Amino acid sequence: MSHGKSQTQKMKEITGVDPYKCMKCGKCSATCPLFNEMDIKPHQFVSYVLNEDIDALVNSKSLWKCLSCFACIERCPRNVKPGKLIDGARQLVVRQRGADYLTPEDIPERLDPELPQQLLVSAFRRYRR
Amino acid sequence: MQRIGVFVCHCGSNISATVDVEKVAQMSLLEPGVVHAEDYQYMCSEAGQARITEAVKEKKLTGIVVCSCSPRMHETTFRNAAERAGINPYMVEIANIREHCSWIHKNIEEGTEKAIILARAAIAKVTLNAPLKPGESRVTKRALVIGGGIAGIQTALDIAEAGYEVDIVEKTPSIGGRMSQLDKTFPTLDCSACILTPKMVEASAHDKINIYTYSEVDQVSGFVGDFTVDIRKKARSINMDKCTGCGVCSEKCPSKKISSEFNRGLGKRSAVYTPFAQAIPNVPVIDRENCIKFKTGKCGICEKVCQAGAVDYTQEDEIITEKYGAIVVATGFDTIKLDDFDEYAYNQSKDVITSLELERVMNAAGPTKGHLERLSDGKAPKNMVFIQCVGSRDVTCRGKVYCSKICCMYTAKHAMLIRDKYPDVNVTVFYIDVRTPGKNFDEFYRRAVEEYGVNYVKGQVGKVAPQANGQLLVQAVDLLDNKQILMEADMVVLATAIEPEAGVRKIATMLTASIDTNNFLTEAHPKLRPVESPTAGVFLSGVCQGPKDIPETVAQAGSAAVKAIGLLAKEKLMTNPCTAKSDELLCNGCSTCANVCPYGAITYEDREVNDHGIREVRRIAVVNNALCQGCGACTVTCPSGAMDLQGFSNRQIIAEVDAICR
Repeated sequence: MSHGKSQTQKMKEITGVDPYKCMKCGKCSATCPLFNEMDIKPHQFVSYVLNEDIDALVNSKSLWKCLSCFACIERCPRNVKPGKLIDGARQLVVRQRGADYLTPEDIPERLDPELPQQLLVSAFRRYRR
Repeated sequence: MQRIGVFVCHCGSNISATVDVEKVAQMSLLEPGVVHAEDYQYMCSEAGQARITEAVKEKKLTGIVVCSCSPRMHETTFRNAAERAGINPYMVEIANIREHCSWIHKNIEEGTEKAIILARAAIAKVTLNAPLKPGESRVTKRALVIGGGIAGIQTALDIAEAGYEVDIVEKTPSIGGRMSQLDKTFPTLDCSACILTPKMVEASAHDKINIYTYSEVDQVSGFVGDFTVDIRKKARSINMDKCTGCGVCSEKCPSKKISSEFNRGLGKRSAVYTPFAQAIPNVPVIDRENCIKFKTGKCGICEKVCQAGAVDYTQEDEIITEKYGAIVVATGFDTIKLDDFDEYAYNQSKDVITSLELERVMNAAGPTKGHLERLSDGKAPKNMVFIQCVGSRDVTCRGKVYCSKICCMYTAKHAMLIRDKYPDVNVTVFYIDVRTPGKNFDEFYRRAVEEYGVNYVKGQVGKVAPQANGQLLVQAVDLLDNKQILMEADMVVLATAIEPEAGVRKIATMLTASIDTNNFLTEAHPKLRPVESPTAGVFLSGVCQGPKDIPETVAQAGSAAVKAIGLLAKEKLMTNPCTAKSDELLCNGCSTCANVCPYGAITYEDREVNDHGIREVRRIAVVNNALCQGCGACTVTCPSGAMDLQGFSNRQIIAEVDAICR
């Protein structure tokens, strides 16, 4: 469990999310366009962090199904924002894996200036595994 | 030199478990001026108080220090004991060694050390105490109630029944408030108008109640027992004495397409209108912004058709100045704006409505004459979705952090009424929690589920999307099934959060009554003084203090009335003698103190002073002792040190600090 605990701590640090604020309304899952594709549903992400079971999140299918559309972040009435937790779990994976597919020098050429920056960052996390 | 007695309380084991009370008493004896010290199990008990009075007599004490709980608890008790023993009650100081010491410490040695220091500070202060005498002020035997909803009406009726004059100031053209907009009321399902209108009639017929409708409070000055209030009677453009209430003017008015406030914008009204059939007074007003006569100078039809000659386009706002002893705030609530909640499509579809709008739809006098129908095409709905907590319990900037309290019950009511009248309509309620504490409340909600087949789903709605076929696509989650739901609905009803009526902050500012971050008026104590504002003479009734339903509102309205009556029944009021006082030789008349005074208690006068033989007229700050609440803001802001708070003088406070730092 010590492993789980430190992972949970990392998760909270990366995301700045306080899972205790969740009132379990389910609005995140109600709003998620990829709900049916996910094994762990958006609202369950919060429970998994509360239960310090980060390994399950890191190994879940949901992690890479999430579109990073941020609907759950936009609509969460409690500022818990499960989308951030998903993003945080991706970062945990990315940090463990190390090496990048793209070098920083390659990026400017492939960049569409019209794209929202936040989307780009999330897309990188999603597709670089 | 003072002769000081120190009395250390054990408070059972509340204090003595963490503080060595005997040692506190012993150490106090070493302080200059202390001639007596003892400890006792319960100082507040009769036996404990007797010890104090005996010691005063035996040891000829002139000052008393009680080391006990917070002064909020028993300061009055010990002051009364001192008075009985023959010394001025303001010669008593409390060292709070419970809340400030024993309750927050675990270690006895540290706790004891701190208690000794706190006692030392109180001793240092009481050494400099001087006897103080409360002043007296008169009480005007008349009450003002701001707001003419059920809260204001009930408070006014109760005060009037006790024999005091009451004025109600209501900003809309009629009394009745939100309750007059409701169709049925939970948990008994009786018709709202049927139980409200008799009270409205009673209030308007009562010889002790005077109602100012279409009026607002413009200015408040004065203090408890002696408020002076300016009431602005907005120009009604109809002579209230002549009007017979026949309604011909509204009927003939050509400007008929104005959105009806009473019907929450779902119906239309004319420019000259009474908001609803049972309005009191039954006298219309001309809405000058929409009246053709006022906009273009032409028209004047209402004047021509009025048999009574009551229409008066030349009327102007009138200011009435009246004196009151007590003021009750009963300003009520409104639903929040839903502009930030795009996901529910409230602004996109006419078939997405708030619960208050549904009340109007269900009401026989409403825009659909009580028929449940879609507002877009008038068709009867087959599937209805209710969404709970829209904007309530929401910590983001879109909503309100609190629970609006009434939504669970009115949604159960709506669901039940619909299933009863239209059994073929499917009703689904999406909820986070169902909160139904209250007499017969949970039974009421369970009836909706068990007897009326309302489908309650635990989960929220993520999105409502209007479809090309006129249907509303509802995307939601069932948390217990862990499934996402996609369903079509004909109508969606939003249990919209409630918030205090928009003008309340302005009123609170005029009354110097405190208000919280959600614009609810703050009570003097959340448990023990729930209907009083911390500002003396101002009382709270209804939702202006916090979300509540009709039974709670009526109960609070009565209780606010009792508090107001208790005040009005007094011939004279004792004022707190711990007020600010300026030293005329030090004051330079700079106005800094008047600017920070939250109670408007400081004014200036030109006074002749004798400054070491130099006689001259100077501008000096003068404190109105009846207005001053003793907050001390002026004393810390005064650049020349001329302001001092009696009973908490700068010297006394410095002496306390010195004693602590010794």
